[in-house]
Amino acid sequence: MLDLLSGFIVELRNAGLPVSLTENLDAMTAISHIPLEDREAFKYALGATLVKNHAHWRSFETVFEVYFSLRGPEYSITDGDGEGSVDDFLRQMQDAQMKGEGNGGAGGMDQLTPEELMNILMNALMNGDQAMMRALARQAVQRFAGMEPGRPVGGTYYLYRTLRNLDLDGMSEKLMEASRQQVGGELTKLEERLERDEYNHRIEQFKQEVEAEIRRRLVADRGAEAMAKTLRKPLPEDVEFMHASRDEMQNLKKALQPLTRKLAAKLARKRRHGRKGPLDFRNTVRHSLAYGGVPAEPKFKYPRPAKPELIVVADISGSVAAFARFTLMLVYALSNQFSKVRAFVFIDGIDEVTDYFKKTEDVSEAIQRINTEADVIWVDGHSDYGHAFEVFWEKWGKEINPKSSVILLGDARNNYHASQAWVIKEMKQKARKVYWLNPEPRSYWNTGDSIVGEYGVHTDGVFECRNLRQLEAFVEKLA
Amino acid sequence: MAPRFDSVQQVRDGLKAVNYLADDGIAGVAFLADRLGKPILVEGPAGTGKTQLAKSIAEMTGARLIRLQCYEGLDESKALYEWNYKKQLLRIQADKNSDSWSDVHDDIFGDEFLLTRPLLEAITAEEPVVLLIDEVDRVEVETEALLLEILSEYQVSIPELGTITAKQIPMVFLTSNNTRELSEALKRRCLFLHVDYPQMDREKEIVLTKVEGITEMLADQIARIVRSIRQLDLKKAPSVSETLDWARTLVLLGLETIDAEQAKETLHVLLKYQTDIAKAAKELSID
Repeated sequence: MLDLLSGFIVELRNAGLPVSLTENLDAMTAISHIPLEDREAFKYALGATLVKNHAHWRSFETVFEVYFSLRGPEYSITDGDGEGSVDDFLRQMQDAQMKGEGNGGAGGMDQLTPEELMNILMNALMNGDQAMMRALARQAVQRFAGMEPGRPVGGTYYLYRTLRNLDLDGMSEKLMEASRQQVGGELTKLEERLERDEYNHRIEQFKQEVEAEIRRRLVADRGAEAMAKTLRKPLPEDVEFMHASRDEMQNLKKALQPLTRKLAAKLARKRRHGRKGPLDFRNTVRHSLAYGGVPAEPKFKYPRPAKPELIVVADISGSVAAFARFTLMLVYALSNQFSKVRAFVFIDGIDEVTDYFKKTEDVSEAIQRINTEADVIWVDGHSDYGHAFEVFWEKWGKEINPKSSVILLGDARNNYHASQAWVIKEMKQKARKVYWLNPEPRSYWNTGDSIVGEYGVHTDGVFECRNLRQLEAFVEKLA
Repeated sequence: MAPRFDSVQQVRDGLKAVNYLADDGIAGVAFLADRLGKPILVEGPAGTGKTQLAKSIAEMTGARLIRLQCYEGLDESKALYEWNYKKQLLRIQADKNSDSWSDVHDDIFGDEFLLTRPLLEAITAEEPVVLLIDEVDRVEVETEALLLEILSEYQVSIPELGTITAKQIPMVFLTSNNTRELSEALKRRCLFLHVDYPQMDREKEIVLTKVEGITEMLADQIARIVRSIRQLDLKKAPSVSETLDWARTLVLLGLETIDAEQAKETLHVLLKYQTDIAKAAKELSID
């Protein structure tokens, strides 16, 4: 047990969770207080002592599943032949099912035709029957995934194979149809929506069961350590903008909201707790009246540093679009920390999009509109930083003043066009600060058609901004 | 000292008896905190019952609840202890002539002149207490250090008096809305508990226990609608307390089931931003 736990903790550290020695010891003490056969309690005991940040919970869960999935009686892998309460239960269900079809049932699920299996699944989903769903997940994996020991493919491959055979998207529609019939007629729109959410929730649950089942089998095949390694995913704050999958993007979006709240609180605090200002003479005299004219209580002026004005110029061409979207979201979520925010987007043409944000309170809606409506294509829709900057300077250059900070976003991959770096040089002379944020790793800069160095020399700093962590650090510095 | 709870299930049942429906995680962590003698750091969205958890544990164990509300600028004299300066002055002036200096010195730094604040009060209490340090993320990082000694050793050091050690280990809850990252040192000393929005079934149970005179049917509908709304991309997702407010509103209106029209008219109880209300109404097709 000790070995297993220390392996588990090493893996957590490998996944990026900061687990200290004392926390490790706490975990050991904690599990001595709970019944080990209770898997849920065991999980929470470890979670409460080892994971101190909710964003890390998912990573913890994955590692936990890998290390401790095989060790519960109800999860033992029995290949098909029914045993244990779940399977008994299953058989009863099945019998009931079969009778309706005049097909006296016997044996395990192995003998079912795919159609029958689908019917049972549909019933289980309809009634929200957890035990049944788990049994079905097991059966589905066994039947459709085609898992072979030692085959070097990832769990996602098996997952795909299993789900393809089950056609869960069609299932959702069928379920809706069935519940319409049950009510006998039409559902109101509200009811329809609620039913749909309910079924989607159940199907999602079922998918998770399937995933867990595949993982269990893979662990049995390959061992926990190897499996944990393949499943290792970066923590949300370390996910790279440029290579984030759709799922990771969703998670990033979720992480963004608490982050902005945190940043806003921090910035406001920073502004308030600056140095103390000079003596406020008027105020001191006014308060001295209460003490018969003795200035007993000196009052000081609090400096009110001007909030910076922000001009964001972002490249939104395909390669860096996700990064630009993210930064715009973050900046606008923090917009009350700045006196004014203006946003420009470009590919090879440039357009101002400040109004899109003004018209709606919903930042993601504004971003959506930018993607569809902004006029950013001039010739061919390949990034041309030089032209975009030139036009920017011509049209809006005079509005840059010593109060404004300019942030340029992009990878500076200019497709070998002219750089027009003089624009940045001029800009630097007029603006308070000019920063460049580059979502590419530093080692890629100035390779190929990237000319970030050419622009960079004229700015106050070029920052690598590959993930949320780096973006957060930059924004904090900015205000 | 004897543990307060025998099993996780006991915690769960006990909490249920005082109308707090805990899930496995909550009950499990509370049980562990008692066994390990460690504070619990409770984190999660606003309005999910973090503070209520501490109150309910207090009620369940029959302990007195001592609450320290944190805010920016909270300091030692508000959180730990303070010398009663005026009383000390009086003492010195009262017998100017009689005592020697050392007598007076020993005297004015005695228990009599010490004003206890919540943290010290929790430590010195004779009877069982539950200490709630609310919204700990509001204090500055420097002030956090104040809490470290009391959280790990259950003692307070007062330079003039020496160290005061707890007579009994109180249950300690710290809540945080996560407006800033708490220091590693603080996190390390605590068990971590994230309280999220409840699953639909649990939310329904909560509505049923907390709202009087509600029908099962209505509670079910409410829980389902709230779940659907939480899946939308909103500025502020409805919290449990808002769900309860909504349920009470509907009960007051004398409804037994809810249809789209009524849902739309009362949606402002649940959601606090106009854009959110519009969005929810549109998404749920009830406009």
